[in-house]
Amino acid sequence: MSDVAWIDAALTSARPQALGALLRYFRDLDTAEEAFQNACLRALKSWPQNGPPRDAPAWLIMVGRNVAIDELRRRGKQTPLPADEAISDLGDAEDALAERLDGSHYRDDILRLLFICCHPELPATQQIALALRIVSGLSVKQIARAFLVGEAAMEQRITRAKARVAEAGVPFETPGAVERSERLGAVAAMIYLIFNEGYSAGADTAEIRSTLCEEAIRLARLLLRLFQSEAEIMGLTALLLLQHARSAARFGADGSLVLLDDQDRSLWNQKQIAEGLALIDKAMRHRASGPYQIQAAIAALHARAEKPEDTDWVQIDLLYGALEIMQPSPVVTLNRAVAVSKVRGPAAALEMIEPLGTRLQNYFHFFGVKGAFLMQLNRNDEARVAFDRAIALANTSAEAAHIRMHLDRLMRDSKPRAGAG
Amino acid sequence: MLYALLCYNHEDTVFSWTKEEDDAVMARLNVVHDKLAQQGKLGPAIRLLPTTAATTLHKNEEPPLVIDGPYAETKEQLLGFYVIDVSGLDEALQFARDLAKANPGGAYEIRPVGLFLPGGLAK
Repeated sequence: MSDVAWIDAALTSARPQALGALLRYFRDLDTAEEAFQNACLRALKSWPQNGPPRDAPAWLIMVGRNVAIDELRRRGKQTPLPADEAISDLGDAEDALAERLDGSHYRDDILRLLFICCHPELPATQQIALALRIVSGLSVKQIARAFLVGEAAMEQRITRAKARVAEAGVPFETPGAVERSERLGAVAAMIYLIFNEGYSAGADTAEIRSTLCEEAIRLARLLLRLFQSEAEIMGLTALLLLQHARSAARFGADGSLVLLDDQDRSLWNQKQIAEGLALIDKAMRHRASGPYQIQAAIAALHARAEKPEDTDWVQIDLLYGALEIMQPSPVVTLNRAVAVSKVRGPAAALEMIEPLGTRLQNYFHFFGVKGAFLMQLNRNDEARVAFDRAIALANTSAEAAHIRMHLDRLMRDSKPRAGAG
Repeated sequence: MLYALLCYNHEDTVFSWTKEEDDAVMARLNVVHDKLAQQGKLGPAIRLLPTTAATTLHKNEEPPLVIDGPYAETKEQLLGFYVIDVSGLDEALQFARDLAKANPGGAYEIRPVGLFLPGGLAK
């Protein structure tokens, strides 16, 4: 790696810890961000000459803090300043500071930084945008591209989200056990949202997809490093890795969606699969099941099957059954029905999803799955109606194209029969 | 003389390499590997999965304590390692417990292997 690439990577990985500490210190997001930004500029100048510091986050916190304090002094603001010994020469101060940063604070610092992005009043898309900007440090331009909106619109969206967060007041006191676990749950959900935003992007937006998915994985690993014994965070990380492992096989050369059964499994990323399986294995030891672990276990059963026909659908049906109890939702039932169709046939599966019709009347996948079951039962006219509805509801061109492929097959199948009749 | 080379780096940097970056590094390493392998001097080489996938068995108490995450103490030094092929973490932990009985004190960090190159030393 070149100097610049190494520094860039080091700054990115130091960001959550450094920014989290600066936020605790200044209690203001904008000041903290500006301080971090200034520290990064100095790092770009100093590190190539002096070599990387032993503890990059500590260096950035120290420098960021000093620059910001100087700045505040210059502006003559009546801001309470820290003791003078904290603002001494960099060389001596780094060691002392590094020692004080020995993990007691930074875990809550990073969690707080992530947590302020998932304020319940912020809509999901704003939470994601804010997290990508603040925690991951993606540029507004990159985020705008991921959401397919203009840069100015995204800038405005992020500014508005930040204002809302500031209004709500950032929780600075050290959280108690219950509060910490609530924060952890909210942050995990937000990381999953980031991943899904990327995962559901179409083939024409491959770059966006991988940026968001990889960022979500990076954040999940970060969270797991902070909370090493949280089985659900192991489950979340495993789930993201196992789903992302299939990304190279999910789209055909023409950008069309390739379903699990039809994917070229040699394109699956075995390293990510190995990591995902190892994490589930670890999580199981805790015997504290949860929705992420169950979903990860389902993804693992797919990952373990070398050929589609090796898939353990009975076990997948059982796992979805457990998930239905834990987290009842029509979407979970819909997914379970796919497993049921493999185990007990399409008639049983169709019966299972019929009652979901009203709640999922605007859900693309419901009509795609329903059409597929009807097609397997040779109820082609009804299948066509379902597929037409699915196309109308498709979120991406790849989804629509996939359903159109089914429709074409229905047309082909029905022609000879029409001729015979 | 046999030597073990232990590889250290920032894992969040290495694990956020794109596939292209990773492949490029592996290609460069393989050139070096091949040179040594041709002389029959390259034994097994391993890339470990990240420390988030690690579990540690502390064997300075009885029964040994199993804790999630890597071995983080700095009081002890790395003195050796095993490579085992087992069904999963439970079996690996069982083996570690058996070892602990035979040799108490210290700890075993159990870390899944991401890439295993068997190599081949000349006899």
